[in-house]
Amino acid sequence: MEYSLGIDIGSVGAKAVLFDGSIVATALVPTGWSPKESGRCLVDTILAGHGLTPGRLVALVATGYGRGSLEGATHRVTEITCHAAGARFLSPGCRSVLDVGGQDSKVISLDEGGAVADFAMNDRCAAGTGRFLQMAAHALGYELSDFLSVPSGGDELPVSSMCAVFAETELVNHLARGADRAELARGIFRSVAKRCAAMLGRLGIAVPLLFTGGLAHSGVLVSMLESELGHPVAVHRQSQFAGALGAALMGWKETRA
Amino acid sequence: MRSVAQIVTEMRDHAKDGVIEVKEFHEAGGVVVGAYCTYMPWELVDAAGAWAVSLCSKNDAAIPAAEERLPRNLCPLIKASYGHALRGSCPYFHFCDVVVAETTCDGKRKMYELLAELKPLHMIDLPHRADRPEDLAFLRAQFEKFRAFLGELTGRPVTDEALARSIALRNRERRALRALWNLSKEENPVLTGHEVQEFGDFMQYHFDKEKAVAWLETATAEMKAAWEAGDRRSLKGPRILVTGCPIAGAMKVVDALEEAGGVVVCYENCGGEKEMGFLADETGDPMDALARKYLSIGCSIMSPNESRMTTLSSLMECYNIDGVVDMVLTSCHTYAVETQTVRHLVQSSGRSYLAVETDYSDSDREQLSTRLGAFVEML
Repeated sequence: MEYSLGIDIGSVGAKAVLFDGSIVATALVPTGWSPKESGRCLVDTILAGHGLTPGRLVALVATGYGRGSLEGATHRVTEITCHAAGARFLSPGCRSVLDVGGQDSKVISLDEGGAVADFAMNDRCAAGTGRFLQMAAHALGYELSDFLSVPSGGDELPVSSMCAVFAETELVNHLARGADRAELARGIFRSVAKRCAAMLGRLGIAVPLLFTGGLAHSGVLVSMLESELGHPVAVHRQSQFAGALGAALMGWKETRA
Repeated sequence: MRSVAQIVTEMRDHAKDGVIEVKEFHEAGGVVVGAYCTYMPWELVDAAGAWAVSLCSKNDAAIPAAEERLPRNLCPLIKASYGHALRGSCPYFHFCDVVVAETTCDGKRKMYELLAELKPLHMIDLPHRADRPEDLAFLRAQFEKFRAFLGELTGRPVTDEALARSIALRNRERRALRALWNLSKEENPVLTGHEVQEFGDFMQYHFDKEKAVAWLETATAEMKAAWEAGDRRSLKGPRILVTGCPIAGAMKVVDALEEAGGVVVCYENCGGEKEMGFLADETGDPMDALARKYLSIGCSIMSPNESRMTTLSSLMECYNIDGVVDMVLTSCHTYAVETQTVRHLVQSSGRSYLAVETDYSDSDREQLSTRLGAFVEML
């Protein structure tokens, strides 16, 4: 049996997908300060877990911001191309992809055949990214997992600053006036949802839309996105691994071409 | 026969000759005119027997100095121009007798008020549209004023004969540059986009124009012959046209595209086809010819800016372009707004388009590499 291994080294988490025509295994570690180390650790862990030697890999494909640092990579592909390929595997026929990552957010539109037709990314700041949500969770005293599963129903306190630094100040001011933190949390998700919807709007939304990346598992964010977009937002249980899966697929197809 | 790589090396070996040339010219009593913009009518300066030199504006070294007086959220090109002048880090500024400025964008126009405290400055007013007879008459009148100014500066009037010779020489340089650019029309072209830009810089900083143009003509012919004899450099990636703000300070964009496997085969930027693509008429009245020629520059300060759209359409065809990258410097409002029009133009021709906003710093190198890398992969 031959395998392709995709490694997606993001700013927060490093993800791996082992692939042999279907998904064999996934793994996730925090990226920490060294993308090189976390990438190597992922490769070792996933190979050891399946009793494989590196020689059994037909391809080792790196993606994500740390893609340049992975030793032994046979290919390096940007996360745009990988998320598109991964999303298309998880949701055949999908025409748009939204990925909210740790340090950037991206939207991708796909043509009928699944190739990237256009894409947009947020510009050089943390607005509308995982980092923005992390900051907000911290400011509101939530564990990240509790923050992401704040109930979507209920009142919202609008948070207008898109800049992570200014938004933190705004949250602190609200809290000082005795505001309810769940209402503020919903306000934060609303602002991220609006930001994503605007980015999708610029590209022209085509459905089905798949939401990839770890934040796809936040019910409150998905429901707010749906209300902003006026379209259903699909999530797959492997959404978090879409980038790594796409990377594995690129390697798999390359060796079979 | 020399290889393409050997000629590129020769060009690089002489890339920095300009500073010495200007120093010697200045010390021998020559009049040096400093310029920042492609609207500066080079021919008038040359016909006056003076040298026009491009002043430093292409890196971020002097931006902190500029920000002591200019707002931070101003375009990096304006801050770099002022900063180098202010802290004395531009040798060309040091040697120039006068700076020629133009009323292009608001940021530059107001910056020049401060720059005028450092050096005598002559302002050329530009019309902000190019499609009416009065625009042409206005620019022509401005050029007449500049001509008279140069006459006073050098102590001898600019004659029509000298002007005709300068127009012919500058046209010859434009043709020579076009011949160089035409090498990129081939599949698997002769030069990388980065190298093409370096040849442009070489020409900009060699002031004995006759000699430099003759060198470029020979170099281009040699490279063409080498290429035809099989000297290929495996530049087989997607063919990209770069447009937008002046690119020299943001070559990281070109480099990221080419590192990702794309080939930049055409520039619609200042110093590229935007200005050099248009010749001045050598048959009619020279002042009229100059006004017409410079008015045809497709700069985003013009509204409407039909010339840029027409040029882009034709370049996309001529250079067999797969994708267009529109580089906008942070806080350049006119180019930023115009991305909408360019996006529509490019996409309706069936090609891919990407606008990137950047500055002169290194802080976004990784983001650019992802964005531009994904664009190349998409093509």
